[in-house]
Amino acid sequence: MQEILQYLFSGITNGAIYAIIAIGFSMLYNSTELINFAHGEFVMLGSLCMVTFFGSMHLPLIPAMILTITCVAVAGLIFERLAIRSVKHPEPIVLIIITVGASIFLRGIGMIIWGKDAHSIPAFSSHPPLDIAGAKLLSQSIWIIVIFLVAAVGLQLFYKKTLTGKAMEANAISKRAAWIVGIPSKLMVMMAFGLSTAMGGVAGVIIAPITMSSYDMGTMLGLKGFCAAMLGGLGSLWGALVGGFLLGILEAFGVGFVSSGLKDATAFLLLLFILYVRPGGIISSADTNRF
Amino acid sequence: MLEVTRYRPMMIILSILAIACLLITTPAISESEKNTYKIGGIFAVTGPASFLGDPEKKSMEMVVDQINASGGIDGHMLEAVIYDTEGDPGKANLLATKLINKDNVIAIIGPSTTPTTLAVMPIIQRIKIPFISCAAGNKIVAPINPWVFKTAQSDILAVAAIYENLKSKKIKKISIISVNNAFGESGKEQLLSQAKNFGLTVAKSETYGAKDTDMTAQLTKIRKDNPEAIVCWGTNPGPAVLAKNMQQLDLNIPLFQSHGVASPKFIELAGSAAEGIMLPTGKILVASLLSDSDPQKEMLTAYISEYKNKYKSSVSGFGGYAYDAANILAAALKNSEGDKEKIREALENTEGYVGVSGIFNFSKTDHNGLSPEAFVMVKIKDGKWELLK
Repeated sequence: MQEILQYLFSGITNGAIYAIIAIGFSMLYNSTELINFAHGEFVMLGSLCMVTFFGSMHLPLIPAMILTITCVAVAGLIFERLAIRSVKHPEPIVLIIITVGASIFLRGIGMIIWGKDAHSIPAFSSHPPLDIAGAKLLSQSIWIIVIFLVAAVGLQLFYKKTLTGKAMEANAISKRAAWIVGIPSKLMVMMAFGLSTAMGGVAGVIIAPITMSSYDMGTMLGLKGFCAAMLGGLGSLWGALVGGFLLGILEAFGVGFVSSGLKDATAFLLLLFILYVRPGGIISSADTNRF
Repeated sequence: MLEVTRYRPMMIILSILAIACLLITTPAISESEKNTYKIGGIFAVTGPASFLGDPEKKSMEMVVDQINASGGIDGHMLEAVIYDTEGDPGKANLLATKLINKDNVIAIIGPSTTPTTLAVMPIIQRIKIPFISCAAGNKIVAPINPWVFKTAQSDILAVAAIYENLKSKKIKKISIISVNNAFGESGKEQLLSQAKNFGLTVAKSETYGAKDTDMTAQLTKIRKDNPEAIVCWGTNPGPAVLAKNMQQLDLNIPLFQSHGVASPKFIELAGSAAEGIMLPTGKILVASLLSDSDPQKEMLTAYISEYKNKYKSSVSGFGGYAYDAANILAAALKNSEGDKEKIREALENTEGYVGVSGIFNFSKTDHNGLSPEAFVMVKIKDGKWELLK
């Protein structure tokens, strides 16, 4: 029982990280039908900015977080403006290859600024781990889950309650129809980029204290987040949540009950199975397809 | 016909130039009394393994400069031809061929990693040229290839050093967690195969991914067996994550790490979780703590200060692999007159050479030449290294 609970906690922590990354993928796919393979690199940027602001410059926690997320979002906007919008014939395959190129570029930038070594920062708060029936829940895990909930609820409110959010959703459903009613589609796409990369920044911020940040950490995280998004159903907020947590928890139980050598394999085999049974992901019916 | 006549003046000029070149260069060769010895170096100077290759290149250049400054070897000057493999086995193979065919080197030092070394070895075997690798993998010298030597300590020795320590603590049951790449696999193999010789049983052998963010699941699994010690085999940052997770789970089991994390960076990454961790390391990391009677102390102090003065950067044990290789090679070049078979024989008969990585005694059956004494066990206390006896 104690073990099962511990595996579950470990899974939930990793799952929340995967879910936030998956939301970034999903959001952008929704607005632009583009899969941003540089997304993991924005997570890396977030994590390393946090190392600079919180670890080296010793800013208070909240300003450091806000500054980091702003930096990453600005990087995302610059990326959209310079690399994506300037493409003459924006075919999906061209854009996707551009994002792959951008990921290599960003990794290089990260290596030049922060060096090749890994960095670590202290946990956000130094509470001892919570003891629940013999299993330990780390204080950083609680931070991760709380920040994740704030981000998810905030996004949901933004899309459903604000005019800008509704305009973005409209633009996602039909660019042409949105344009006819006077929604500036270019601005909306830009905002989607900003929001999506900001989510990447959030993911980077929350994982910086539990793992070591280095310039090459983004690729694997991006891949896991992408899998989570596919698992849940690309383009759906709830799909990203379900996919992320499922992937994280399955990985943890895979380690516990199958083999740690097969950790990634256990999760990816399930992904193959689900995609075989439900090619669109777990949540993929027409009306839940959009935010 | 017109074409030919148009090119004729050009041909004449070129011929004159060619002859002029010959006239200029020929005296230059005969002028110096003895030809220079060209030795090749191939290191991963850039790329992911540059933390190995960069100090190796610098150390090799340092040795060559020192030898030339003191008059060379038997009057022959040394010239180092160094290329960058970028850690790519394919490139390493091409560059080794280039060193042999184009640069006509008489011996090769490097490459930095086990995969690149294994890629170069078939050429060495065919061409028969003295070769000293700076990589750790034991496969390089087992089985023995007459032309291949290596200066980096094998993980066999690191495992032996840890197990000696466990044995002295009367520990019987351990669990292993290793990273799932070549370094971890090779370490795991040694840990499992040597356990019996030291009367140890391995309760669990777990793995983790090099980029994993959380290892509490593996630790939970390990905890079930109540091992008396945990041995972790990996390079930064994984082992630091593991140390942090152990602290968070309140797991008070002695933790042993590999020599792969033997650098101040590990203490920085793991923070307070590094306290009490024990690991084997080459002596260079703790040179200032060694007793004055230690045979390596003098040479280590000299190497560290020379390197720091010349390159204004902190020293690592990795440069020492190339430093030892270049010095051993220089010693073997004496009285060889550049004959490859003579160099090889001299290398194989190297005895009692005191180097950065240990004391080398090469023989027909041992082309690494180091003993477990090449490693010392250290413990991290108050964020500093402490020698264990």
